[in-house]
Amino acid sequence: MRCSKLLLPGMLLAACATVLAQTPGYKNIGRTPSPSEIQAWDIAIGPDGKGLPPGSGSAKEGAGIYAQKCALCHGADAEGGPIGPRLAVGKESLDSLKTIHPVRGLVYWPFATTIWDYINRAMPRNQAGTLSANEVYALTAYVLFRCGVVRETDVLDAKTLPKVQMPNRNGFVPPNFADLTDDRKRGCRQGVCP
Amino acid sequence: MNAKESGRRQFLKNGAALAGLAAGAAGTAAAQPMPPTVDELHSYGERSHFEGATRKGRVGLWPAGSGPRDYGFRNPIQNQMSIITPPGLHFIISHGYEPPDLDPSKHTLLIHGMVDHQLIFTVDDLKRLPSVSRFHFVECNANSGPTGPAGAKRRDPAATAQDTHGLTSCSLWTGVPLSLLLDQAGVQKSATWMIAEGSELGKHTKSIPIEKATDDCLVAYAQNGEAVRPEQGYPLRLIVPGWEGINNVKWLRRIKLVDEPYMGMWESTKYPSLRLDGQARWFQFEMGPKSVITRPSGGLKMPGPGFYEISGLAWSGGGAIRRVEVSADGGTTWKDAQLQDPIARKAHTRFVLPWEWNGEEVTLLSRSTDERNELQPTREEISNIWHIDMDYYKNSTNLVGHFNAIQPWKISRDGSVINALFV
Repeated sequence: MRCSKLLLPGMLLAACATVLAQTPGYKNIGRTPSPSEIQAWDIAIGPDGKGLPPGSGSAKEGAGIYAQKCALCHGADAEGGPIGPRLAVGKESLDSLKTIHPVRGLVYWPFATTIWDYINRAMPRNQAGTLSANEVYALTAYVLFRCGVVRETDVLDAKTLPKVQMPNRNGFVPPNFADLTDDRKRGCRQGVCP
Repeated sequence: MNAKESGRRQFLKNGAALAGLAAGAAGTAAAQPMPPTVDELHSYGERSHFEGATRKGRVGLWPAGSGPRDYGFRNPIQNQMSIITPPGLHFIISHGYEPPDLDPSKHTLLIHGMVDHQLIFTVDDLKRLPSVSRFHFVECNANSGPTGPAGAKRRDPAATAQDTHGLTSCSLWTGVPLSLLLDQAGVQKSATWMIAEGSELGKHTKSIPIEKATDDCLVAYAQNGEAVRPEQGYPLRLIVPGWEGINNVKWLRRIKLVDEPYMGMWESTKYPSLRLDGQARWFQFEMGPKSVITRPSGGLKMPGPGFYEISGLAWSGGGAIRRVEVSADGGTTWKDAQLQDPIARKAHTRFVLPWEWNGEEVTLLSRSTDERNELQPTREEISNIWHIDMDYYKNSTNLVGHFNAIQPWKISRDGSVINALFV
């Protein structure tokens, strides 16, 4: 059903009616969701920042929230704990990527928005989904600060977070999103790899 | 079996309690458990107590610095017959999350984003829609990988096929084609990707290109004739045929049509395969052609020389298995195995070969070819692609995914079988 693609407005209604008549449809199955239903679930954040809600935070606030809600698993100094991996991983760890013991900490992640998305949906692990937007901005800033990617006073919000330059942003092949949808350009096939 | 059932079975075994029944009829005050009715004992069947194949693994997290450990629950693939993995033995990888207890009368699937009509469906809605049933394998990216947390076990000569290849299973999935749902919603031209999201505590999310979404993906509500089990995604699981397991989102609650990959944590940070030049290949998606002989395989003991049907499984994310060959001389000569029905695309396929073992030491290999004429590679060929060597396999902590090397099993004169991939 592609009514929205018809270019001649005058003919739109008549043509749509024809298309609808040809599509059987499924009577009384499914309904339109309410905007609040959608908003409650619409938590995915795009790599360019799409979906980031209002709010802000810096590493300074983040430190306090971290101590309260994260240190138990990730260590008082973000050095890692019983079930939480080390969060404070510096850029020098990227040198290890060429060795047989690569360290892939947060600084390896290509997008800072992924950190926001993940903390918001999945952390703290047993209370996932309980952090406010401000808390998530503050914690994202805190872990990025501990990795040496942002300064302690940098304020992250919907505008500034997508602009954070992750040091390993260009560490992935193929580099262009458009190439990912071409199955000849991604993955290894017949021994040939990108 | 639920607690009530096991309690009643215990009752039946207890002869003294049975004797008490007679007294109970006369109205004694002593509290006796209710005897099970014949119907209740058979209301959900069990296998023979002589059959004991089980999954092995552990629920739990991936603690930093805890050393190599298994992760998830592995299918005892060496015990499996035909291509169907019994539901109770289907492998599990849930990244440490227990299944949420979802009420099917309340659960919904939201489809929104770059669509003409945003839609929300109940499970009943989906069951009323036109359905399909298809055999499909699900396989973890790390299955049969020689490094990472399960690497040491996988390389161990004492490994069984469960240890080497147990993170894959195959079922007959029933559900609605995702293409039907997307067609109802009216996907807009600008929507080049979709994201699928689960309901569990961590809300796993995965980006999938629209070409795949509209191709052969299923929103499955049944597995092998009954509702998908909770540990497999009850009440709705997304099936993305032939692709890495992580695409098969369990406890599916939402699909959003978008214009770029949304770069969720797993797909953009854990899944990219590191090359030794420090670059990582991401979004590899499709699992390559693979095969493994399950009988005889590691840990099994051959009772002596004589006739055996060599049996195994082959599969490919690229479609149907076209051919499986078996070698008994280290890959110098190969013989075509017979492919057993059903042969389905992007599903496990059973291959068999009649064979007489003369009692001498021998190494058996299998290799598969899929419908695109892609041939399962040797360990050496994979090593060349990734520029890795024995030192890497034995010592690297990096996880090598999509590892589909030919698997050798070495049979000794005493009939014992070992994993010979790194021997």
